[in-house]
Amino acid sequence: MEPVDVLIVGAGASGAAVAWSLAETRMRILCLEQGDWVRPGDFPSNGRNWEERQYGDFSISPNRRCLATDYPIQEDDSPIKVANYNAVGGGTILYAAHFPRMHPSDFRVKTLDGVADDWPISYKTLEPYYELNDRMMGVASLSGDPAYPPKASVLPPLSMGKTGRLFAKAMNRLGWHWWPSDAAIATENYDGRAACIHLGHCIAGCSQGAKASTDITYWPHALRKRVSLRTRCRVREICSNKEGMATGVVYYDESGKEQFQAAEIVIMACNGIGTPRLLLNSISNRFPQGLANSSGLIGKRLMFHPYALARAYFAEPLDGYRGSHIVAWSQEFYETDRSRGFVRGFTWQFGRGQGPVQTAMSGMGWGRIPWGSGHHEAFRRIFDRSAGMLAICEDLPELHNRVELDPHLKDTHGIPAPRIHYRLSENSKRMLDFAQSKATEILKLAGAQDIVTESPLSYAGWHLMGTARMGEDPRGSVVNPWGRAHDVKNLFIVDASVFVTSGGVNPTATIQAIALYIADQIKQRLANLFDD
Amino acid sequence: MRWSDMSVRPDPSSQLTNEEQALLREIAGLMIPASETFSIPGADDPLIHADILASIGRDLGAVRDALTLIQDLNPKNAASVHGLLQSARPDLCASLISVITRCYYRDDRVMTSIGMAPRSPYPQGFTIEPSDFDLLEAVKAGGRRYRLLPEDEEKSKPG
Repeated sequence: MEPVDVLIVGAGASGAAVAWSLAETRMRILCLEQGDWVRPGDFPSNGRNWEERQYGDFSISPNRRCLATDYPIQEDDSPIKVANYNAVGGGTILYAAHFPRMHPSDFRVKTLDGVADDWPISYKTLEPYYELNDRMMGVASLSGDPAYPPKASVLPPLSMGKTGRLFAKAMNRLGWHWWPSDAAIATENYDGRAACIHLGHCIAGCSQGAKASTDITYWPHALRKRVSLRTRCRVREICSNKEGMATGVVYYDESGKEQFQAAEIVIMACNGIGTPRLLLNSISNRFPQGLANSSGLIGKRLMFHPYALARAYFAEPLDGYRGSHIVAWSQEFYETDRSRGFVRGFTWQFGRGQGPVQTAMSGMGWGRIPWGSGHHEAFRRIFDRSAGMLAICEDLPELHNRVELDPHLKDTHGIPAPRIHYRLSENSKRMLDFAQSKATEILKLAGAQDIVTESPLSYAGWHLMGTARMGEDPRGSVVNPWGRAHDVKNLFIVDASVFVTSGGVNPTATIQAIALYIADQIKQRLANLFDD
Repeated sequence: MRWSDMSVRPDPSSQLTNEEQALLREIAGLMIPASETFSIPGADDPLIHADILASIGRDLGAVRDALTLIQDLNPKNAASVHGLLQSARPDLCASLISVITRCYYRDDRVMTSIGMAPRSPYPQGFTIEPSDFDLLEAVKAGGRRYRLLPEDEEKSKPG
């Protein structure tokens, strides 16, 4: 194998962004991805089994999918189960494309609220990269949201439909904040992508190509700039030398053959579970606890976003299974108010209804649809008449929430699998309870006839953050404020592992803004990139 | 332990026995019976049953366990099957509901009956009512909602 200048591990949200940004340097850049390309024709919404497949090969759980491209995750000791996808595009293949930014205050939680730590970078640091990323991903939004500093709109916002109107009226009666969601969904033809036609099945992949997954946004541009991408290549470990520099990676190619790829710079982009797993698997005499782990923090401080769900049934037909999952958000309770009994806050996502299979499954699970006589009448009372609210709660970092290596479980290549340990904090529990209580208030005001609640949602561990945090102090962080490992001067991390705190929003916009920011830092420092 | 040892990946060589298939069909009919009112088949309809058998996939083990448990519990009717299974093993109950509803609610006759066109979402897509952004006037009137940082508060002070 010819050595490369830059080796990126992972072709998802962050790997694609960093690859594209670095391409202008004309360095030899290679990305290794354990998954495949997913063809639009393979997505579930092409077939009559579109709902079934989200419990099969397009399940959000790798332990359920069990595809050859997946690796297992031991998660028995966590009430929240991991959601991911291993392919070119990574988690952006199976996400709702809800695309909020973090707030300025999210980067200063210690200063403002006395909890966790401040980030070593700010909203202002990331603002130009948020803007660039919005253009690359083609984000639909309505400018003027008073919950954010001013930001430009790239594409017109999504249609809110009947569901959005219903929630909007209720929120206005309460005098509470709401706004049409920013969504990485093309509402007009954009950069080779066709406009959204409301397939209504965004999470399981977009056959139309309207949803911005990085296989159809960043990657076509990066490949045209001569970045190389090898799929079905699973990295086992990052190798290092006596000087403490990364030398390349050992990986298994598509045929299962072990290969070594030498590189001058290694960039990790494997998400908050995959990155610590790989670093912990990269042990040597110099790094017996795992690569770049002198702080002992790799894998520690795992953060999800605990979700509280409230789903309600209404008398009138709504949008049902048609259209994007999420129509609007509210950040009425985003900032700390200690009188609520918790610190920090959450975003509400207002969502549409469900398809017939999900309606029947959840209806029977929640006791709203009986078995036997009465089934059909009950189904018809709720089908196409539901709307949902999800509170996405800020999760504060705690050392005991962690990723480590399972001593027994291995993937199909024999590489030790990650094992997670996670407990909901008392702060999170109080926040979830508060969010449910207020959601019920909103839904009743909106005219709900029946409301079901669930908290925390188990199969909702989409956001994997904090397991290799950034910071100034090498004793208290894994990477420095521009993404370089304190211990290994040619190793960078660009995924959500570097998050210091989680915010109360979906993280993809921030993940990609950070990847673009770190890429710019690398470009600006090329002459002395490895200096102390 | 390699992943294949704990995998739920379907084994194509494995399938339900004839007795298990018959019991599954009986349970499906109890769960979702035919309706004369709506002129629709039950989930024990031959076509739907065949679809269920062909589509069990990753749930084969769970379905088999559920059927064994149901035999042990010896319930009397649909409500007691559901109640007993739900209280004994909610995970198996959910799997059974899943394999049956996944196929029942994609049957042409059923979809038509509930007002859906029997087709995949792509390529036609669907129509969504346009937004009424006038509703945002109340939100806009409320002014800035994001929290200022200490240095921004300093700058925003008059004079």
